[in-house]
Amino acid sequence: MKKLGELLLTREPFSEIVMGNTALVRAMIEAGTRVVASYPGSPTPEIAAAIRSIPKEKRPFYFEFSTNEKVATELCYGAAVNGHLSTVFFKSVGLNVAADTFVQLGLMNIIGGMVVVLGDDPGVNSSQNEQDNRHYARLSYTPVLEPADPAEVYTFYKAAARLSQEKHMPVILRLTTHVCHAKQRVEFDRWSQEPPDNTPKFDPDNGPYIPIAKAVFPLKRRALQRLEEVRKWADESLLNRLTDNGNKSRGIITAGLPFLSLMESLREVCGEKPNILKLGVVHPIPKETIENFLADHQEVKILEELDDFLEKEIKSMAYDEGLDVRIIGKTDPEDWLEEYTPDKVYAVMQRTWPELLAPRSPDAKGKSEVSPRPAQLCPGCGHRSAFYAIKKALAETDITVADIGCHTLGFLPPYEMGQLLMCMGASPGMAAGLSLFNDSRRVVAFLGDSTFFHAGLPGIINSVFNRHNFTLILMENGTTAMTGHQPHAASGSNFNGPAEKIPVRQVLEGLGVRHIFEVDTYQQAKLTGMVKEAVETDGFSVVIARHPCMLKFMREQRKKPGYKSRQVDIDQEKCRRIQECIAEFGCPTFTQYPDGRIEVNPDLCIGDGSCIRTCPAEAIGIPHIAEEPVEG
Amino acid sequence: MEIFSIYLTGVGGQGIGLLSEVLLRAADHAGHQVKGVDTHGLAQRGGIVVSRIRFGKAVYSPLTGGRSADLGISLERHEALRSLQTAVKEGGTMIYYDAVWQPLGVRLGAGGCADEAIIEAEGKSREIRVIRVLNPAVKDPRMQNMALLGEIDRNNLLPEIETEHIKEAMTDLMEGEMLEKNLRLFSTGKP
Repeated sequence: MKKLGELLLTREPFSEIVMGNTALVRAMIEAGTRVVASYPGSPTPEIAAAIRSIPKEKRPFYFEFSTNEKVATELCYGAAVNGHLSTVFFKSVGLNVAADTFVQLGLMNIIGGMVVVLGDDPGVNSSQNEQDNRHYARLSYTPVLEPADPAEVYTFYKAAARLSQEKHMPVILRLTTHVCHAKQRVEFDRWSQEPPDNTPKFDPDNGPYIPIAKAVFPLKRRALQRLEEVRKWADESLLNRLTDNGNKSRGIITAGLPFLSLMESLREVCGEKPNILKLGVVHPIPKETIENFLADHQEVKILEELDDFLEKEIKSMAYDEGLDVRIIGKTDPEDWLEEYTPDKVYAVMQRTWPELLAPRSPDAKGKSEVSPRPAQLCPGCGHRSAFYAIKKALAETDITVADIGCHTLGFLPPYEMGQLLMCMGASPGMAAGLSLFNDSRRVVAFLGDSTFFHAGLPGIINSVFNRHNFTLILMENGTTAMTGHQPHAASGSNFNGPAEKIPVRQVLEGLGVRHIFEVDTYQQAKLTGMVKEAVETDGFSVVIARHPCMLKFMREQRKKPGYKSRQVDIDQEKCRRIQECIAEFGCPTFTQYPDGRIEVNPDLCIGDGSCIRTCPAEAIGIPHIAEEPVEG
Repeated sequence: MEIFSIYLTGVGGQGIGLLSEVLLRAADHAGHQVKGVDTHGLAQRGGIVVSRIRFGKAVYSPLTGGRSADLGISLERHEALRSLQTAVKEGGTMIYYDAVWQPLGVRLGAGGCADEAIIEAEGKSREIRVIRVLNPAVKDPRMQNMALLGEIDRNNLLPEIETEHIKEAMTDLMEGEMLEKNLRLFSTGKP
């Protein structure tokens, strides 16, 4: 099999098993996309991984990880009004960050075309909510295409790009977690690379591009008019699909991944299967197609994940047209929650038409209890040492504010550091508010280094500017670890190569932060001392708690020739079963046997030794080269 | 066979991704329609990784429902027990590599600990055939996935997929020394 990078640049038609995120990159190449930008966030980082597989000099488009989603959107807009087809992609809540810019795009004449790829997360696999971003489409007069699987991701992106280029308006391609990550064999077309046109085509006469006061009205009129044109286009679009089961009374309107779940559920239908209209264009909805479908049935179920977006649109359409059809939307608050998996859809359809599907009884409990497995910090993680040390510096009444990143996991036992969480970069602002009228409970906020640049800076500047009184702990690991080690402004490289570091300490000094402490987190006692000092300092203080991401470090080490694994061990003579290593330090390496003996799991220990000084009995031995040779 | 569902699970870092990709491609080489999906939100941070593979004549969703998998595969014993309770159907098969990555609750002595006997009893209670694999000759934990794959094949747990299809899938994904080592372990059970 060819390497992914070569495969993506294949000229002739081919087919390959790929995930949705990879299929998207081939679609970008075929469509002639020239500028792509993002900020990492699940479920979309694998799009960048597929882009990375193509050597930079062969990449037919420019790509960057911008400092945040808003900047990425602005970059793509700038490129698009200069004539280049552009694409920005990010996770669901990334659109909140980008929103101030994004909501304006529909007003603009985007001559090069621009596709906004959203990775929504129904089921909250890796986000702080399961927001339904279709609402933003209404707010901004933007069309939305919604694929169900990798093959559709590929065709729908190309359709979105063409539509955007033709109408000079932004188009959303809305993916969800298990559309991004699903894998299947996809048939790809030929790629006939056109020679790139690098002429800067920006012309104010294509505008106006200054939306201000009354100048907005003609732009808004145009946006609404374009949306009506897209509605007509949607009626003729092959992206909507009718499955005619010859049912005269019952139909279902659905879209995206829930369609696949529905098809699975209908395997078990007793009797006649309902007809299905699967919408590929979910905003604006195709009027004639839906009216005809409604008119052909006595009852129509709107099966949609998350909110009642289609339901509202379709019901109002039926009202306007005076159609005599029973439209069944959401009937239970549970219908608004979670991913529409085959089980969920089965339950929803069973409740809708009880005789269609046999009721299922809930699973009986298992015979024995099995411990839950919450996510946790990796062996050797610098954040573990940090939380262990910081906890010792704080009183139980102190308030700790979490932020987004691997260090969010500090809120879990045994550390329980972080009692509030909101979104990227929110911790300094919330901490400042918690410090008002508060002389008795000290406030400590956490922030990661990628988030520092992403959205943390305004809150930090505000804390200096308005002289707030709390301690910020900057958890610096040199990378955007949670999403797979993407570089940030202090990493020393960007996506495309080396880049001068913007050291966080210098930024803080430049901003006038007076009290800055800095320590490697493995120096736990020193860190405890520094945090004690920082929280006693009047005003705003910052502790830079630094240690490189050990997952990234170990991956690099393992690739080096002659690499030997290292481990600590436990001297069973010295061990007094205090369990500090398990209960307080909490490294997953430590395994407790039924007899109470504690051993090191050789599959997990990386021999970093950060645990050594935490053992009151001094029973943990210094790292040594593993005895058995490791194959691999 | 209309459709066959596999529920594959383990802990982040155990090499679920490669095993899942081999199974997916083996089904494809065998001429089945196949879809798969990995759920890996916070998996890198020591959480549960789940991968689903479904193949047969017509596959719509890659997602499996609760207690519907024909075959459960786990690279860790606690996750094997969890799969038995939540994902594998009655009359199905569960094969697991008996690695132990204790969840926090178990390390703290809060209960919910799995062992060979508990897993065996759980399988029996729901008429699920349980196969335990442990190969002491495999020293590198990142090779346990291929040791398990070899046993999956030797026990003929993949309907209408031949050994050759699995080897072809491995050849798609690996090369050189790494491929040789993995093929040797897969075929002979010896590293």
